[in-house]
Amino acid sequence: MSATNQTVQDHGQHHHHKDLAHHFDTLEQQHDANTLGMWAFLLTEVLFFGGLFAAYTIYRYKYSAMFEEASNHLDITLGATNTVILILSSLTMALAVRCSQTGQAVWTGRWLLITIFFGLMFLGVKYFEWKHDYNIRLMPGKDWAGKDFFWWQYAKKAKEMEKHDKGHSHALPDPKDVLPDNHPSLGIKGIQESQQARLFFLLYFCMTSLHALHMLVGFVLIGIIAYFAYQGAYSPDYYSPVENIGLYWHFVDIVWIFLFPLLYLLGAHMGH
Amino acid sequence: MATVSLESRPYEKVSDHDSSHESVNYLNHDHSILSWLLTLDHKRIGLLYLVTITLMFLLGGALAGAVRLELLTPKGDLLAADTYNKAFTAHGIIMLFFFLIPSIPAVMGNFVLPLMIGAKDVAFPRLNLLSYYLYFAGSVIALTALLLGGVDTGWTFYTPFSSTYSNSYVVVMAVGLFVVGFSSILTGLNFVVTVHRMRCPGLTWFRLPLFIWAIYATSVVQLLGTPVIAVTLGLLGVERTLGVGIFDPRLGGDPILFQHLFWFYSHPAVYIMILPSLGLISEVISTFSKKTVFGYHIIAFSSIAIAVFGFIVWAHHMFTTGISPYAAMVFSLLTFSVAIPSGIKVFSWLATMYGGSISFDTPMIYAFGFLGLFTIGGLTGLFLSTLGTDIHLHDTYFIVAHFHYIMVGGAIMGYMAGVHFWWPKITGRLYSEFWGKLSAGITFIGFNFTFFPQFILGYLGMPRRYYEYPDEFQVLNVFSTAGASILAIGYLMPMFYMPLSFFFGEKANSNPYGATTLDWTDTTSPPSPHNFEKTPVVTEEPYNFHGKEAAVVSH
Amino acid sequence: MASSEHSTHQPASLTLYLGTFGMLMLLTVLTIFAGFQNFGMWSTPIALGIAVVKAALVVVIFMHGYSSSPLTWVIILASIFFLTIMLGMMLSDYVSRGWVI
Repeated sequence: MSATNQTVQDHGQHHHHKDLAHHFDTLEQQHDANTLGMWAFLLTEVLFFGGLFAAYTIYRYKYSAMFEEASNHLDITLGATNTVILILSSLTMALAVRCSQTGQAVWTGRWLLITIFFGLMFLGVKYFEWKHDYNIRLMPGKDWAGKDFFWWQYAKKAKEMEKHDKGHSHALPDPKDVLPDNHPSLGIKGIQESQQARLFFLLYFCMTSLHALHMLVGFVLIGIIAYFAYQGAYSPDYYSPVENIGLYWHFVDIVWIFLFPLLYLLGAHMGH
Repeated sequence: MATVSLESRPYEKVSDHDSSHESVNYLNHDHSILSWLLTLDHKRIGLLYLVTITLMFLLGGALAGAVRLELLTPKGDLLAADTYNKAFTAHGIIMLFFFLIPSIPAVMGNFVLPLMIGAKDVAFPRLNLLSYYLYFAGSVIALTALLLGGVDTGWTFYTPFSSTYSNSYVVVMAVGLFVVGFSSILTGLNFVVTVHRMRCPGLTWFRLPLFIWAIYATSVVQLLGTPVIAVTLGLLGVERTLGVGIFDPRLGGDPILFQHLFWFYSHPAVYIMILPSLGLISEVISTFSKKTVFGYHIIAFSSIAIAVFGFIVWAHHMFTTGISPYAAMVFSLLTFSVAIPSGIKVFSWLATMYGGSISFDTPMIYAFGFLGLFTIGGLTGLFLSTLGTDIHLHDTYFIVAHFHYIMVGGAIMGYMAGVHFWWPKITGRLYSEFWGKLSAGITFIGFNFTFFPQFILGYLGMPRRYYEYPDEFQVLNVFSTAGASILAIGYLMPMFYMPLSFFFGEKANSNPYGATTLDWTDTTSPPSPHNFEKTPVVTEEPYNFHGKEAAVVSH
Repeated sequence: MASSEHSTHQPASLTLYLGTFGMLMLLTVLTIFAGFQNFGMWSTPIALGIAVVKAALVVVIFMHGYSSSPLTWVIILASIFFLTIMLGMMLSDYVSRGWVI
């Protein structure tokens, strides 16, 4: 407890530091509180995504065969590209935090902006991925007429055609040639398959969009902190905002590290 | 030491050295409305919560009144079946999410926690204000859902009814709960960091008052559990809006999964509601027995144990749903384990009182009520954790009675004890002891009249959530409804004499009970805007009444 | 109360960060490679194992786990513990449903 007795005596001297909020005694106490707060928040985030991972685990267990087949409709190349991009952004974020620790204000801002750049790139790739999923009707939900938009038979047909002409022409099947998902000729098994594939894609969209939402929030926060970094608001004495946004961003990266194999690579061994 | 003083508060006069009421305090330093609405002061935020949750409590209570009145007669004559469903759903949602969960943590925790640990404020005052406004926004959204036409799913939102068949405003309500959930998470986060980082010099973990341990354990549960319900309600919203089948068995979904996810939060949420009460009762019993808490360490750890055990017992809500019998056995066994830390606490309170010099002030009367009701509630919980008995009692009034004994008899009695206990600190005024004791007594009697008959009703097989029932159940239902009106009087009384005391009550000195924790010994009543004149330094364990009694109480 | 967070004042070396990045890339390649092999029931444990190593690298190096206070590690382990409880106990119900009494 000797350290804390120190803080009482030092109270007067530290009181006027511009970055010290009135209710803390020392900068160090403030920094420790901020760091702990961020970690506690990440603990919450783990359980927040955890709910989705739980749903994934249960359905993966119940419908493992169909989950593998459905996973095969995702683009591993795009997924892998995004993994690389996101890890790269994690590196630039780590460098931003490092620069804030060493007092290189301008480079802190630059690395933060570069991080946003990679993040945007990630979402750009994601956009094309989702667009493709939309085109082959793997998006869960309803169309404008209020009918089911998701169409597993259509997606299967689209994949077949793509395989056939080796992905050169991006022609989509004519809806008239495709059976509806609940067509009696598919049998109970065929109908169940489309339901299970639907659950996979639903979870895929929930998980990736929650992840993307976290990135969007991240952009705003990183942008604000980059602005302050350029203003010279951070110093080796006071950089917890940079450190905390770093922790947040790395967490977003970790979520993706798990999402990538769980969503994209399930069915890779079945041949693409 | 063994003399029991029946005379109320021998030391309530303002002593000479304490002229706090004249000086600047957190209530009078700025009177503008904005200084309240935008305050970063934890004490004022606590009061904002106090006012808001009291309004919610009145609303939830009124709905309970409607439910009880409907059940006065066997026929459904007062409310239509659908309205009845909406009434008990709204009652459950409002009482649990908008009253009980924020009650002690957000009101007492906010007000007292920094005072008890010798801090100037919570670690993140702005976040604290944000929590309040999230709570406020969530309440507004939930009330909107009620005004639009309400929700008829029960507070549990069981699928597939809630996801597919219900035509009520489930999504709006889910959004409201999502928002209020974040308020709860941020409050928990704030308190965890505050307890870790803001303790004053010398205040080691084992010198913390037990209320702090309880609030800490509660906050951890809020951090770990609430995000899961948030994402579950999110999935429910997605299912309803997109018409997909996450929980709909017709579409390959699994409704039991919803219950797993729901109870993973909602069972620990029970401990969010009761744990702070358990801590608070330790304070009250120790203070009014003038005796150190029996088994301080084990009480502190039992709070943590309850928080952890709370996460491994959730499926006892699902014994009749067709979960695996093996899992059910394991969950049943684990559920019994929660009784251990709870039992330890009850015995510790009794041992604390044993040989103490007990004074029967209002908070203590409430605490006595708590002791009995919590014990009955806890013991009937054991009936329900037993697999075989639960099959018989599940979804009957036995369950309703059991959890009301814990939630109302435990959590709300504790909350009332806390409000009365800290009222002199919050307002600097003393309320009328006569009316206080009377309200505590009426609440206790009314409560038992209301809920004890429901144990019997449940045992006889009356299911919950029905608006009609066979004639032979009427006598007990009349008992229950009559009790509810007595209970309502008990709860309404403080809403008159407490505000009155705020304006006309006798001035309180800084430590009217001779308590030993920092909130009483080192601050004025009401506290100054920055709590302490100078940062306190703690040199001893709490509840050392031997040393402090002479210093504070003499006048 | 305040403790080992001081050490974050000494920033880690650039080589460490770049090396970590390299390792993460390598493991990404490995996980994709493993995904294309047919390990039967082991494919998910292998994929998750690699993901855990990657996540651990990010936590320890990028998030400065190596110099974090014990309390931070308590939080990290608590998040893993409670996530495991949730997934494990839920799964225990589904796995044992078909068992014959």
